[in-house]
Amino acid sequence: MSPSGKLKLIDRVTAINWNRLEDDKDLEVWERLTGNFWLPEKVPVSNDIQSWHSLTPQEQELTTRVFTGLTLLDTIQGTVGAVSLIPDALTPHEEAVYTNIAFMESVHAKSYSSIFSTLISTQEIDEAFRWSEENPNLQRKAEIVLEYYRGDSPLKRKVASTLLESFLFYSGFYLPMHWSSRAKLTNTADLIRLIIRDEAVHGYYIGYKYQKGLELLTEAERDDLKAYTFELLFELYENEVQYTEDLYDGVGLTEDVKKFLRYNANKALMNLGYEALFPKDETDVNPAILAALSPNADENHDFFSGSGSSYVIGKAVATEDEDWEF
Amino acid sequence: MGDLVYFSSVSENTHRFVQKLRLSELGMGVRRIPLRPTEGFLRVDEPYVLLVPTYGGGNEGGAVPRQVVKFLNDPHNRSLIRGVVAAGNTNFGEAYCIAGDIISAKCQVPYLYAFELLGTAEDVTRVRDGLGRFWQRQQQIPA
Repeated sequence: MSPSGKLKLIDRVTAINWNRLEDDKDLEVWERLTGNFWLPEKVPVSNDIQSWHSLTPQEQELTTRVFTGLTLLDTIQGTVGAVSLIPDALTPHEEAVYTNIAFMESVHAKSYSSIFSTLISTQEIDEAFRWSEENPNLQRKAEIVLEYYRGDSPLKRKVASTLLESFLFYSGFYLPMHWSSRAKLTNTADLIRLIIRDEAVHGYYIGYKYQKGLELLTEAERDDLKAYTFELLFELYENEVQYTEDLYDGVGLTEDVKKFLRYNANKALMNLGYEALFPKDETDVNPAILAALSPNADENHDFFSGSGSSYVIGKAVATEDEDWEF
Repeated sequence: MGDLVYFSSVSENTHRFVQKLRLSELGMGVRRIPLRPTEGFLRVDEPYVLLVPTYGGGNEGGAVPRQVVKFLNDPHNRSLIRGVVAAGNTNFGEAYCIAGDIISAKCQVPYLYAFELLGTAEDVTRVRDGLGRFWQRQQQIPA
């Protein structure tokens, strides 16, 4: 951190040349991110107004609180998190990808406001924001992450960032998937799915850059960072469990949400190159939630466990590049 | 026993999964599709199961890595594929592991298994045991 306490800026800038890549992954991810670009105005959330009024006041309050929590995280990631990664970048193209990530996080944060303004009164919005400022577990979550963003270790920043992108959002993401599985707030769920898709690319990329950084370290340093990662995950997990209880105890969904948390904690660890931590029977996400997330996930692609008597030989049908475009 | 052919980007995620399978102990060959054109073109001569990651998913298509497309556009390579295993991320919604669906449909081979990211310990066991049984069954079927 610089003496003024402000975020460090990059020391030196060279003109970016996209025709000289040092890491092919930068261009690949840039293209993926720009190709996936979207704005909340394109999603017809107003079609959910009737559905919103079918929720009980308690369910509405829960939903509003969940979205303010998500707004806080996206704001952190947009204005501090992704920006704090820029000075640590190893290539100019990596810097450019972080600017895209930072911008998209701001789009995400704005999306919740567009949901609010469509569905909820100004007074209810203000009340929910007050709740988010006063909830100790939500504030603690923000503090833990911000502490690492302000710290002096580029790789710890990436760990915190990946855990935010791939784990901390999911206590919130659970709820729109839950409503969607009951055919409620389905347009809002469509918008959240776009956010979920973006977070996957962000978590993958930042986790990948973390692993590239590890390659430059000694084995002892790598071991330290691994221990640190698991410590931070446990600290965040404990806090996340309490936050989940604050939100979901009233509607009896806490245990279901916790499974989703652990499932995503495993994926966050994998993005950082580590083995999954929580065993299968603690991460068996409700199939309805999984199907709301990905309609293909419940289609069990497990030919191995079937009787598998079918034998199909590859047919030599001619294929060309365009046949593979979907 | 047939082979396993796989593609992995510089992230090495799929590569690490393949290493955990320890297929050579089961007598299976393992071949990797090259990342860059300068590394040459892979031509195979044994029946194989293809293991691929799904790329991104979203507005732009391109779910099957272009190196894999190039490999399968070769009629000889394509004639030897017997099944496909795909990796992906449920965050991509309808595009989750869609590379497996696309290849299975294009090459008319069974979609054997799908898993997320690096795969869990359970995924490793199921794919390892599954491939062993798969190739044994293939041998029992008269040519």
